[in-house]
Formats: sequence, structure tokens, C-alpha cells
Amino acid sequence: MTTPSQTVGPFFGFALPYAADWELVPEGHPGAVTITGRVFDGAGEPVPDALLELWTGEPGDRGALGRGGTGISGGTGVSGFGRCGTAPDGSYRFRLAPPSRPYAALLVFARGLLKPVRTRVYLADTPDPLLDSLDPARRATLLAHAEGQDVYRFDVRLQGEQETVFLEF
Amino acid sequence: MTHPPYLHPDYASTVLRAPSRPPLEMKEDPEAAELTGPVFGRDEVDPLDADLTAGHAGEPLGERIIVTGRILDASGRPVPDTLVEIWQANSAGRYAHQRDQHPAPLDPNFTGAGRCLTDDEGRYRFVTIKPGAYPWRNHPNAWRPAHIHFSIFGTAFTQRLVTQMYFPGDPLFAFDPIFRSIPDPAARERLVSTFDLEITEPEWALGYRWDVVLGRTPMEDA
Repeated sequence: MTTPSQTVGPFFGFALPYAADWELVPEGHPGAVTITGRVFDGAGEPVPDALLELWTGEPGDRGALGRGGTGISGGTGVSGFGRCGTAPDGSYRFRLAPPSRPYAALLVFARGLLKPVRTRVYLADTPDPLLDSLDPARRATLLAHAEGQDVYRFDVRLQGEQETVFLEF
Repeated sequence: MTHPPYLHPDYASTVLRAPSRPPLEMKEDPEAAELTGPVFGRDEVDPLDADLTAGHAGEPLGERIIVTGRILDASGRPVPDTLVEIWQANSAGRYAHQRDQHPAPLDPNFTGAGRCLTDDEGRYRFVTIKPGAYPWRNHPNAWRPAHIHFSIFGTAFTQRLVTQMYFPGDPLFAFDPIFRSIPDPAARERLVSTFDLEITEPEWALGYRWDVVLGRTPMEDA
């Protein structure tokens, strides 16, 4: 008797974002990488009111919200979870420690999405059960592109020709 | 089917945002990152964050309510220490959000955002104001039934749920494409809270109960 999903709507902006929500690690963290990109709708227009959540699968050494005291174990301030609302041009960004898996999990919420879309950002084109199950064009939608030093670009296309591969567990 | 489909043309915003292909069903992978989820520290959430009527110079206008319930997994087990976030319009049906242009008054004593961690028995509890219905431009004379947005994490990223809690007997249910996007009428009812005199506090606030059941994760039976 699962509780059904409903859209996040357009008005979450005063409630869900929090300070430094997109920074899973502090600036200058050794080896940190940035994942950035834009979210597009079926007409190719940017989605300015989406909320993205990234999860690396590793909790790190602080609480996911990065609030309160010194964190769970008073560690170096590494989290496995981040959140980022898109800007008017549909862009988002996350700064994170490189995940131990080749990918990070990504959820996208938005007005017009009655349930989130779920995908993976692959930082390396590597043999992988999910990637290997896809034809080259579809596989490419899950691959982030290295762009300059420690920056990866990953766009999300909700609908259409180059639609991102979305996942169901 | 519990969840709404992506494409529900009566809700116009789905037309250009719904993926056109069905999601790819993942093969079982006990190593998948999505089978774990973020951990929240007790000291990250202030107990006052659960009282949306506090934190301002004065008392907000409207009907003071208590909203409480339990977060359960698909087997009915409580989910402790998980983050629950809520947001809502004020009693006049206006959000404290720049993009809300509904010509209803803002309330200087109400922002409408709260959060808490569930206790050992999976319970959450908020004190707030009953939100008002509000118009939107989906179709002529469109109004959303009063609702509180809920965001819930659970123990795995696969359980992540964002939804809306409604109030019993709302005459707008019959006209709301978002509520009606859920195909099964019985599943829709699971989003409707129950008035509860046991939760109601005399001379203070009306009480509503609403339990949430998170989806089954693939590894749950392992």
C-alpha cells in the first residue's frame, strides 16, 4: 500500500534548498570534481525550476545537510549527498569527492514530473552492466564529458530524440 | 498502479517534461549506490524546525493544526531517523515564494517550511496552519485542493518520495488533475489525511493523522 508520488511543484525554492547544498565537499578538497550541466524539456528549452539530488553511495563523514555541529564524526566535511535547484538557464552543479563507483546516482524533480526521473552520471566510460546493456547512442546519454580540469558536463534531456536513459529499480 | 504515470495531459506541464520512453528496469545489483541513502545528523535539525508557527515576530493567521503520523517501509516497519521536509501555502493560499503571483495576502508571521527527523517509532510531528486552496493556470478556473508538500528519504535512495498530503472531504479533489493523475482511486485516498480527535489539543489545535508507506526496495527481502 505504497504512498503515491506527487509533483514537487514550482514553489519548493523557499523550503528545500539549504546553504552549500550542492557542495558535497568544501572548496579546495583534494581531488574534488565538479559535475555541471543543464536540464532540458522535450522542446529543447531549459528547465529553470528543477531540483536535482546527487548520491554517491558513500555517506562520508558528516550529516547530509551539512548543518549543526561538527558533523557525525567531526570529520573532514565530506558528504555523499547533495542537492541543487536549477538556475534560469536550466543549469546545476555539484562538487564532490570522486565516487568509488564509476557513477553517481541522480534524481530530478520538477513541476510537470509527477514522480522524479532517476538516472546515473558516469564519470568514466567503463565496462558496466548497465552501460553495456545500451546501444551506443543511449549509452552516451549516461556519460559525463570531461571538460577542463576536474570538471564533468552532464546534461539531462527529459524527453525527445536524445532523451536521457532513465532507470527504475 | 500506485504512482501516477509521467504523462498525464490534463496536467499540462507533463506534456513537454514526461519522458517518452519507459524507464529501464534495473537488473538486481546488490552493489548499486541506490540501495543506500544519505544519513542525517540529529544536530542538523533544530526541534523548532517542526513548528511552522514559531520563528516569527507573531502568530500566523489561520487554523492552527497538528500533522503527525509514521513513516513505514513496504513491510510496515517504522523508518526511524529519516528526514521529513514539508512546505505549504499560508492560510490564504499564498506561498512565500517570489514566483507565486496569486493576489492573496502574504503573512509576515508565516513562511511555511519545516523539517524533522522521525523518532524511534518512525513518527514525525509538525505544528502548522491549515493551508488555503489556491488558483493556478493549468486550465480555466483551476484551483488546487489544500495540501502540504512532503519530502521523505527512507533508508535507500530508491525509496525517495516527494508527495502531497491533502485534507479530508475537499470538494476540489474531483477537479484536480494532479490528485487525479493517480490512476487508482484507492491509492489517491492514501494521500488524504484523517481528522483525529485524539491528536487534537483542546483550546489549541486540530489534529490530522497521515501515515506514509515507502516503496519496496529490491533488497528488502534479502
